[in-house]
Amino acid sequence: MAGIDHAPPPFFKRGPAPLALLTFYVAISLALFVVDLRFRSLDLLRQSIALLVDPVQRVAQTPGSLVDYAANYLQGMRELQHENSELKHAQLNTAPNLQRLLQLEAENERLRKLLAVKEREKANGQVAQILYTARDPFSRKVIVDKGQQSGIVAGQPAIDEAGVVGQVTRVFPFSAEITLITDKDQAVPVQIVRSGHRSVVFGLGNGQLELRYMPANADVQVGDILVTSGLDSVYLPGFPVAKVVNIERDSAYSFARIFCVPVAGVENFGEIMVLDPRQPLPPAPPESAGRGGDIGDKAALRQKKKRAAKSN
Amino acid sequence: MQPTFSSSRILLPVRPWFIFFSLIAAVALNFLPTAHWPGMPDWVALVLCFWSVREFRRVGMGWAFILGLLMDVADGSVLGQHCFAYVLLAYVSTSLSRRLLWFPLAQQALQVMPLLFGAQLIQALMRLAVGAEFPGWSYFIAPLIETLLWIPATFVLLLPQYRPVEQDPDRPI
Repeated sequence: MAGIDHAPPPFFKRGPAPLALLTFYVAISLALFVVDLRFRSLDLLRQSIALLVDPVQRVAQTPGSLVDYAANYLQGMRELQHENSELKHAQLNTAPNLQRLLQLEAENERLRKLLAVKEREKANGQVAQILYTARDPFSRKVIVDKGQQSGIVAGQPAIDEAGVVGQVTRVFPFSAEITLITDKDQAVPVQIVRSGHRSVVFGLGNGQLELRYMPANADVQVGDILVTSGLDSVYLPGFPVAKVVNIERDSAYSFARIFCVPVAGVENFGEIMVLDPRQPLPPAPPESAGRGGDIGDKAALRQKKKRAAKSN
Repeated sequence: MQPTFSSSRILLPVRPWFIFFSLIAAVALNFLPTAHWPGMPDWVALVLCFWSVREFRRVGMGWAFILGLLMDVADGSVLGQHCFAYVLLAYVSTSLSRRLLWFPLAQQALQVMPLLFGAQLIQALMRLAVGAEFPGWSYFIAPLIETLLWIPATFVLLLPQYRPVEQDPDRPI
C-alpha cells in the first residue's frame, strides 16, 4: 500500500458520459446546419472534404457510365445513319440563317454603335460533362467535371443546345455543382418573346416551372416561349428558358398561375456549356434618378444639366 | 443459429479493421448511381446502427458525426443534416443495445425500424423547415427496406466472427 490512488483503474475509463457527448455533437451539427444555410461561410470545409470524397464518388459512378458507354457503342448502325442524315438535314435547314449570322452580327454592332447603345455582350464559355446527379432528394443539382482548376466561379449560367439548364452554385477544385432551373425557388428573370412582358420564372421542384407575378389578365398564351431578359447580371439576354403549358386564371387571385416546362433537357445527362460570367453592370444610379440601367444614368445626367441651366 | 446472449454460440472478438472497412464500404455503396432509385436504403445508417448496437465501445457518435459530414458533402445537402440524424441514431441504438440483442432477429428488426425511420424523418423535417421541396413518399420507403435488410446485414457483418461449426477437440476455443 505505497499510496492509495483515488483515480479509478484505467480499464474503467470510458470518456465523457454519453449524454454529454450527444449534447456536444448535436450542438455542433445544428451549428453547422445554421451556419451553412444562413451564412454560407463553410465553403472551405466543404471543399476540403470534397477533395477527399470526390475521387471515390467518381470511381463509384464508373460502372453506370461504362454501361452507358457500352449501350452507346452497341447502338445500331442504322440508327446512327438515320441520326446522321437528320442532323445533316437540320444543318442545311439552318444554314441560310447561320451563314448570314456573321454579317448580321456585324451589321447589328454597327447599328448599335450608330444608335450609341452599349454593345451586345458575346457569349463565350467552356463545355463541361455532367458527372452525376447530386444524391440530395430535396433539391435538383448536378455535378460537372470542371471546377476551380478550369476557372469556374459560382454564379455562372449553364446552357445546353436548347436553352438554359441552370446556374453554378458551388465550386470545388475539380468539379462544380450546378443548380437546375427546376430546383425549388431557383429564379430566372425572363421575357415573353411574343409580347415582350418581363417577369421571373421559378422552379417548382417537380420538373416544372411557374411564371409568377403576372396579372390575371396578362397577355400570356399556352405555347409562349420565355427567354432570359438579361436584367440580372447573370444570364445573357435571349436564351430560351421555358415554354408555357398551362394557365390557370382565377379571378379570386390577383395573379394568374402560369406553368411552364423547361426548353432545355434539364433532367438529362450529357454535356452542357458553362458560360463565362457577365461583365459587371454599371453602378446603380442614385435613388431619385429613375428606373435604372444605362438610360437612367443618362437621364440623370440630362436632368442635372437642365437644373444647372435653370439655376444659371 | 442466431448468436445472442441467450444462444450458446460464442463469437470471436471483432476486428477493428473490419468495422472500419464495412463503414467505408457502406459509404461507397451510397455513392453508387443506384442511390437515385426510389426506396434505395441508406447503407451508412444501416451499418452504423448495426455497429452501434453490437460494438458501442468502438463505434459511436464520433463515427456517426464524421460519416454524416462525409455524406453531407457527397450529397450536396446542407452541412449538418446527416450529422445530426446519424448522431441521434448512434446514441439511441447504443442505449438500446443491451436490450435489443436478447431478441430474435425479426424482433430486433422491428425494434430498429423506428430508429431508422426517425433518422430519415429528422432529415426531412430539417430540410422542409428551411424551405426545401418535398422529396415524395418514396423517400420514406428506404427505412422499411433497411429494416428488412437488418437480418441479412447481421449475417454478413458477423461473418468474420463466426467460429467453425465442427470444432477441433484439441483446441476448445
